[in-house]
Amino acid sequence: MKKKPTTVAFKGTHEQELELDRLIAAHKDDPGALMPVLQGAQEIYGYLPEEVQRHIGLAMGIPFEQVYGVSTFYSQFSLNPKGEVAIAVCLGTACYVKGSGGILDKISSILDLAVGETSRDGKYSIEATRCIGACGLAPVLTINNEVYGRLTVAQVEGILKKYM
Amino acid sequence: MVRSTVLICGGTGCSSSGSAKIKDKMVEEIKAAGLENEVKVVVTGCFGLCALGPIMIVYPEGTFYSRVTVEDVPEIVSEHLLKGRIVKHLAYDETVKDNEILSLNDTAFYKKQKRIALRNCGVINPENIDEYIGTDGYQALGKVLTEMQPQEVIDVIKASGLRGRGGAGFPTGMKWQFAANQPAGKKFVCCNADEGDPGAFMDRSILEGDPHALIEAMAIAGYAIGSDQGYVYVRAEYPIAVQRLQIALNQAREYGLLGKDIFGTGFNFDIELRLGAGAFVCGEETALMTSIEGKRGEPRPRPPFPAVKGLYGRPSILNNVETYANVAQIILKGADWFKSMGTEKSSGTKVFALGGKIKNTGLVEVPMGTTLRDIIYEIGGGIPDGKKFKAAQTGGPSGGCIPEKHLDTPIDFENLAAIGSIMGSGGLIVMDEDNCMVDIAKFFLEFTVDESCGKCTPCRVGTVRMLEILDKITSGNGTLEDIDKLEELCNYVKSASLCGLGQTAPNPVLSTLQYFRDEYVAHVVDKKCPAGVCKNLMRYVIIEDKCKGCTACARKCPVGAITGTVKQPHVIDAEKCVKCGVCIETCKFGAIVKQ
Ligand SMILES: Cc1cc2nc3c(=O)[nH]c(=O)nc-3n(C[C@H](O)[C@H](O)[C@H](O)COP(=O)(O)O)c2cc1C
Ligand code: SF4
Ligand code: SF4
Ligand code: FES
Repeated sequence: MKKKPTTVAFKGTHEQELELDRLIAAHKDDPGALMPVLQGAQEIYGYLPEEVQRHIGLAMGIPFEQVYGVSTFYSQFSLNPKGEVAIAVCLGTACYVKGSGGILDKISSILDLAVGETSRDGKYSIEATRCIGACGLAPVLTINNEVYGRLTVAQVEGILKKYM
Repeated sequence: MVRSTVLICGGTGCSSSGSAKIKDKMVEEIKAAGLENEVKVVVTGCFGLCALGPIMIVYPEGTFYSRVTVEDVPEIVSEHLLKGRIVKHLAYDETVKDNEILSLNDTAFYKKQKRIALRNCGVINPENIDEYIGTDGYQALGKVLTEMQPQEVIDVIKASGLRGRGGAGFPTGMKWQFAANQPAGKKFVCCNADEGDPGAFMDRSILEGDPHALIEAMAIAGYAIGSDQGYVYVRAEYPIAVQRLQIALNQAREYGLLGKDIFGTGFNFDIELRLGAGAFVCGEETALMTSIEGKRGEPRPRPPFPAVKGLYGRPSILNNVETYANVAQIILKGADWFKSMGTEKSSGTKVFALGGKIKNTGLVEVPMGTTLRDIIYEIGGGIPDGKKFKAAQTGGPSGGCIPEKHLDTPIDFENLAAIGSIMGSGGLIVMDEDNCMVDIAKFFLEFTVDESCGKCTPCRVGTVRMLEILDKITSGNGTLEDIDKLEELCNYVKSASLCGLGQTAPNPVLSTLQYFRDEYVAHVVDKKCPAGVCKNLMRYVIIEDKCKGCTACARKCPVGAITGTVKQPHVIDAEKCVKCGVCIETCKFGAIVKQ
């Protein structure tokens, strides 16, 4: 999986750093703690900025290369901040055979934004996801965790308008 | 006194369509009607009929309300719960016959099912351990710890013929035996809840609907192989499952069913959760264990097998969620009972996640040996919109597409392999005449290319080459030689890759080549996509006779490719058209077609 590092400047707060340190301390004695720590850090920051990964490496005594190796291996870890309106279209098999590819194209063309990218102003991001487990409602998309199911291409514009 | 129980599905499917709001409204309305002491509201796991969600069942009548909305709730309360009159127009139409309301079990969807792994899903409240205990929960663990020797446990599982439900179908008892035979010391019991097949949700539903069944079985496995520590590796994308599992673990610990000295027998066992982070290859057993250790989840060569050297270098077993979900029942009801279901070599049942072009999308559990035709047409209700069946896909990115002529094959591990697919974990996606099989092959290959961990060259490079050829074919630049080259590459990647991901990645291509070669040929020779999916091979045209000249399409086309005057047939400029499909949807007269 190829991942593009972000071009957005890091804007972490002191509170976030304190929370991160608490998280690291809580996992101090677990073997295999790197994954849970990265998952927690992503919850704190919304993504995994390089600065945060370096901090984790130092605090846990793990070389940065190894931290980076793990964060780039798993698709759940995001090196890019998501948009305020984070759109994710399911490209799992059940959704794909019911035409979610067309829905993704449509969103991408309305917002003039490529899949996997965040708009420059940080407002929108589009992502293709794997099955979110709502196959019964295929095709589905989520916007900021709100699920929209049984979609047709024609409905897309109306849904996006709610967030514009 | 409670005289009615309202079950509301809280699985991912129904939650996504708003079941939480319906539950809140229900509780509110029941209170307003002063029924709070007479009606109990229970949030359960998945009932299986996700297509009809949000779902609500009212007992004692067993009335099945489908596609319930918040607005429907007051009527259900005032009519059904208060006055005892079933709200017919909200009941699932298959259950309404003449003037009678049928029990859910008599509907086509449930009649042919046999629920073992799913027995509690949609029946009990998964967040309440007492309800699990009320349906014989933790009895098997009690029996094992107090009446059986570890070897006896393994013998029963062996005799039952239970095989792994995660894909490969390896005999579970044998796996446990290998680990048990290792010298005593630290050993691990792992559960694969990574459910990597995109479009499958069996394991998730069990975790959401009956998490204690998994916990009990892992403790039994721990006793059998001599382990005191379990790990469940579960997808982080399943937040509800993770939460329910966590609640269940806490409750089991509170009740002394996990932890030290369980049932006062001196047996210790506890379970930790580890969240996967979205890497398909981590479903492979050695990769999964490496990932639990907090590293990049890359597979390693076997032997040594995990039963000898697994997690942290210790003897470990790994089983799938559904495999575990059968264990307690086998212990309680016996190996013969389990063997009485299914086929000679594949005993018991299998859960399938029905999806795609099928009426009743959802979860079904059927005895092994049921035919695909029964699953798709009887239980699944067939293909919607009068379309023609084309293929059934099992096994996800590692499986194959099964054509019409094999629909009567009784499905079990061997038979599916014989027709070029695999059982897989249970995803079953139905495709109709509108799906292009070359495009589907490409879809799966894109998935594999994305998910290949890159450790070995045949998989890393071979799958990319295969995808390039498929790209060439679907964009209209392929030749007949390309098809042969593709087949050759498939066989190479299959035989030379290190792990199961690479070894099975060519299956979707090989099976579509085997059964739908004519579609490949149409793409390269006639430069046509028969299903009208591959964009580069199709054109949008307006049928002159049907066009009323309403101008609707011309106004909607984003690139101004449609021209014409009012009340005159319009035309599409193929040069300008970006094939977005908007015009087809806009035209009320069906005058625009893809060719
Ligand atoms: C690439 C790959 C992905 C896999 N994904 C899963 C999965 O998501 N869930 C699963 O249970 N087994 C998966 N397996 C199979 C596991 O390696 C393993 O065989 C299985 O979990 C063992 O449990 P069982 O014997 O109970 O089936 C996968 C295998 C491979 C090679
Ligand atoms: S076959 Fe593919 S996924 Fe498996 S080890 Fe090789 S590169 Fe990695
Ligand atoms: S398919 Fe899209 S671009 Fe082509 S004519 Fe129709 S609306 Fe215009
Ligand atoms: S394939 Fe889209 S939710 Fe499952």
